[in-house]
Amino acid sequence: MSLSIIKPGLLDTIQDMGRFGFSHWGINPGGAMDRYAAQVANMLVCNDAHEAVIEMHFPGAQILFNQNALIAITGADFSPTINDEKVPLWQPVVVRKNTVLQFPKLISGSVCYLSIHGGICANEWLKSYATNLKVSAGGLSGRPFKKNDEIFFKENSIYYAGLLKEDNNLHVLPWRADVQKTYKFPHEISVIKGNEWDQMTGNSQFDFIENNYIIHPSSDRMGYQLRGSTLQLSSQLEMISSGVNFGTIQLLPDGQLVVLMADHQTTGGYPRVGHVISAHLPKLAQLRPSDCMKFRLADIGHAENLLMEQQRDLQVLARACYDRLKATVC
Amino acid sequence: MSYKIYPLGDAAACIDLGNIIDESINKKVIAIRNRLERFSFDGLKDIIVAYSSVSVYYDPILVKKPGLQQATVFDFVRSKLEDAFHQSLIEEHGNSDIFKIPVCYSGACGIDMAFLSKVKKISKEEIIQLHLSKIYRVYMIGFLPGFSYLGKIDEKLEIARKPKPIQVPAGSVGIAGKQTGIYPIACPGGWQIIGRTPLKFFDPGAVMPSRLNIGNYVQFYEISEEEFNDCLVVKDTETKH
Repeated sequence: MSLSIIKPGLLDTIQDMGRFGFSHWGINPGGAMDRYAAQVANMLVCNDAHEAVIEMHFPGAQILFNQNALIAITGADFSPTINDEKVPLWQPVVVRKNTVLQFPKLISGSVCYLSIHGGICANEWLKSYATNLKVSAGGLSGRPFKKNDEIFFKENSIYYAGLLKEDNNLHVLPWRADVQKTYKFPHEISVIKGNEWDQMTGNSQFDFIENNYIIHPSSDRMGYQLRGSTLQLSSQLEMISSGVNFGTIQLLPDGQLVVLMADHQTTGGYPRVGHVISAHLPKLAQLRPSDCMKFRLADIGHAENLLMEQQRDLQVLARACYDRLKATVC
Repeated sequence: MSYKIYPLGDAAACIDLGNIIDESINKKVIAIRNRLERFSFDGLKDIIVAYSSVSVYYDPILVKKPGLQQATVFDFVRSKLEDAFHQSLIEEHGNSDIFKIPVCYSGACGIDMAFLSKVKKISKEEIIQLHLSKIYRVYMIGFLPGFSYLGKIDEKLEIARKPKPIQVPAGSVGIAGKQTGIYPIACPGGWQIIGRTPLKFFDPGAVMPSRLNIGNYVQFYEISEEEFNDCLVVKDTETKH
């Protein structure tokens, strides 16, 4: 039960929902950039939402399936194909052994997820499979995929091979996750004011909300560097290091902003002018370098309600996926 | 001691005891952390202890239960942080082990020694003596896995960070502002590097991956370049670039 990497992509790693409980040693949570897409990928193949998945950036990897597998591809659209036949996103797909999955063209989005029914066998480090590249731990030996890597999957609990018709290389199951609500208005990102918001000048507060920001090419899994109008503090602020989170927006000394992403540090010493709301982190994770974005202010109650709603929809989806697959294979 | 509680987004909150490096405040930070660990709540995922603040990551979905009295999940978490502040007691002699750490200040180990000596107009020998003269408290572990923030250094050594970080080898000992610290892994760093320890400070495979913990104490002692090379545990060829 395995797949092989014929050709690695730009950055293919094993990720999950993150590594929590070890911040006192400076160990950051890491995990999937788009946790929503990663969870949906798992749900479509009837995995636990926290199961390890493969995260890919464009160009994605070329992957050979050594066995039949039930998979789902979610998140960014890199126009995936199996032996040159198009594979739809956000749907469960049965693929035949000895077929090749490729991602020839970037259509939209930034990070793409591949889930495999049963889950991936990966190195667990401190209760998580997420790859920590800094200390080379978790995932696949703590590193991105290389040519000829073999990645094993766990045992099936559902017999799906029977769904493959004689000569077909793949069988797309006829249901799709509706994720429109999560990704609508992709360039509008809601934020809660940070503790140092009030330290910005009135003009800078205005600029923060009114102006567009562009994601700089130097952005990565640690943080998005933004380019836009220069923001200022009303007075010089020397801060000692304190906690930060996925989505924290820091104002750098040069007046530009950085949004901390999945591989963020546990602590930081720059003014925290805002925090992206959890429900909008998936949208942000799918923005690419050179993409434009705009911030909107939200209050914490609204942010919490949006997140609860997103979570309720996910629970409904998980149940529906499970029921449909059971009904189809039995 | 006063405090302020504020959200770090909708899934984290911080109790801040002031923008100051102070031993008794740092002890209160540990006391609050210990209290939160002992009297945890559903949905609490991680506790980030820093110089003068405790932040919590939480899962709002797990915190929110039917019958939650507060208007928002944050209000509930705020009440938990308030409780932890008021109910926690400082343990004077908590985790106060003193670690004796060898440092080589010579040659390639002290990358920025010459620069520091020139800017501060102090001899290299005096810089070393000043750095060795104190027992430092581990105020926090952060920034990187196992990176220790130690303080406070002698005022004569205080210096600004570099404008742009450079790649530093594992074990590098740097100073910045009132702090000194040890880089556990090879990485880009902005502190002025005055020496290097041959010891390994972070091992992902160990039961306790970080050698140092908040509240520990550190005392440095000097070793020669020869001694350094003899006991280098993390060989340069093994470190990442």
